[in-house]
Amino acid sequence: MYGMLKGLWEYRSFIVTSIRNEFIARFARSKLGGLWMIIHPLSQVAIYALILSNVLAAKLPGIDNKYAYALYLMAGILAWNLFSEIVSRCLNLFIEQGNIMKKMRFPRIALPVIVVGSCLLNNLLLFVAVLVVFAALGQMPNVEMFWLLPLTVVVTALAVGLGLVLGVINVFVRDVGQVVPIIMQVWFWFTPIVYSANIIPQHLQGMMNFNPMYSIVTAYHDVLVYQVSPKLEEVAITVAVTCVLLVLGLFMFRRAAPEMVDSL
Amino acid sequence: MTLLAVSNLGKAYRTYSSEWKRIANWFFVPAKPHHEHWVLRHISFAIEPGEAIGIVGQNGAGKSTLLKMITGTLQPTEGSVQVNGRIAAILELGMGFNPELTGRQNVYHAAGLMGFNSDQIDAVIDDVEAFAEIGEYFDESVRTYSSGMQMRVAFSVATAFRPDILIVDEALSVGDSYFQHKSFARIKAFQEQGTTLIIVSHDRGSIQALCDRAILLDGGTVIKDGAPEEVMDFYNAIVADKENATVEVVALDNGATQTRSGSRKATIESVSLLDATGAPVEFVGVGDEVTLCIKGKSHEALPEVVVGYLIKDRLGQSIFGTNTHHLNCQSTNLAAGQTFTYKFTFPANLGIGSYSVAVALHASETHIVENFEWVDLALVFNVVNIAEQTFVGLSWMPPTVEIDV
Repeated sequence: MYGMLKGLWEYRSFIVTSIRNEFIARFARSKLGGLWMIIHPLSQVAIYALILSNVLAAKLPGIDNKYAYALYLMAGILAWNLFSEIVSRCLNLFIEQGNIMKKMRFPRIALPVIVVGSCLLNNLLLFVAVLVVFAALGQMPNVEMFWLLPLTVVVTALAVGLGLVLGVINVFVRDVGQVVPIIMQVWFWFTPIVYSANIIPQHLQGMMNFNPMYSIVTAYHDVLVYQVSPKLEEVAITVAVTCVLLVLGLFMFRRAAPEMVDSL
Repeated sequence: MTLLAVSNLGKAYRTYSSEWKRIANWFFVPAKPHHEHWVLRHISFAIEPGEAIGIVGQNGAGKSTLLKMITGTLQPTEGSVQVNGRIAAILELGMGFNPELTGRQNVYHAAGLMGFNSDQIDAVIDDVEAFAEIGEYFDESVRTYSSGMQMRVAFSVATAFRPDILIVDEALSVGDSYFQHKSFARIKAFQEQGTTLIIVSHDRGSIQALCDRAILLDGGTVIKDGAPEEVMDFYNAIVADKENATVEVVALDNGATQTRSGSRKATIESVSLLDATGAPVEFVGVGDEVTLCIKGKSHEALPEVVVGYLIKDRLGQSIFGTNTHHLNCQSTNLAAGQTFTYKFTFPANLGIGSYSVAVALHASETHIVENFEWVDLALVFNVVNIAEQTFVGLSWMPPTVEIDV
């Protein structure tokens, strides 16, 4: 563990330039560059809002903003986007970087760290965009938003833990890379992002406790839409799951590292 | 202190009947691999600071695997590699270059991947730019580079910091010939400053010019470790005619070793160097006419025998070689037991020094197809300058001079 941290510290400038380069490369030869990272999720929000608002808007209790549904969507997507981007990039990370892992010696842990850095940067941009849209729709920033800092840490850790486990297995069993996107799609619809949790039938509500993203997305809703503090006791379970996954992910990553290069 | 110690190194690739068994293994659940394939095994050697080592071997002998374990990208299955210093490898130049970024940005990125921070890179970036000599392109995106330009930048950054060990894999052919000379000179300069070189090549010339020791790998183990000449001769012998060859190494009186290989269907009986009067000579004057006389004998009926010779300098670099196939005068339809004598007469247009002659009998154009007998160091002679003006170099090319004042 100490060795990992030491390696990361020694390679800090590599990590920083990698994140920056990824960003620059995105701007290169595209007029809107990094803006596309915001346009994609926001257009997703716009589509859902247009199509589903009439069906669902009435069922959002506790807010009187007439754009409540759009706000609700954006808050959920802000959380989900970070989660799914990290998971799906970690999933193929070692396969994509296989060549460089075979040829160069460097702390391998730098690779997921770069992914996290660049996803967090994207998420920050999206957050700024969301704030602007919120302000335009009459929802001003408030002090509860500071809760987003620890929440982002939890989502990131959860996604990295899961992403590492899946990414490592994917090197050896490539089916994982095909299955996970499907599962992520299902997972998205099983999380109250597009709809509100109260439309779930009573006898299925209990199932939601098994979805670690449920409490996170709910906390995002509380903070951004309802402007109240999140319910920490619900998030606590997710934090526990996150810790387990993160330890498992790092453990598998360490154990698999020597064989990973052989299989790439 | 030993710079690099490799002890009992081995690498096996394991396959499992199911990949899940491999994964179970990480969780300390014992699962037997279905199959273990050893690519390298029982490799041990040590390298001292300032040495230059050549690693030779046929394709699949395990050279790349060995190098990857030395650089640390591959983990050994057994044994260990101990390194006391920084290793740089010129293996795959231009790894990780991003085509959308400029040369300069890529240099920062690549040097970062080697573990340097931005302050250290700032200090050498001008040198890198100057060494690559690609002018304004340095600040253009790499997408617009020719492959040679990319190689130049890649080589410059890979060698921007002098490492303790430099691994060069066939990469002496970087870019155009101007840049090849330049990169070669840089490698030489590193060596003089104390960098240990590890060179992987099939090219006898570069191994013998740069290395003072060579290691021959075959079938995943070290089969020879010694002076480059001796190892390269041995390598040459095992490359030739793998099926029915015997390789024999004879210690000569002067301490050198001679390698004889081949199927022995025809053998070399004697080799001698004669002067213009027909007397054997050991010292030859620059430009003197000499005759190389090779006597051979066939031991079974052979449809064709080609006689070849190769003159090498004291470092073992090839100076001149030819054979009767190229000269269009090979012997055909030899009966068993028949002897034959070949005389090659040529002027010894060589520089001062000691030269050796390797002689071979084979069935066709090259010795690779069927080698009857190949003898290295069949003959050693010295060239001395008796009558000509003073000159330097390996060959005698007397000029005529014209002066306009």
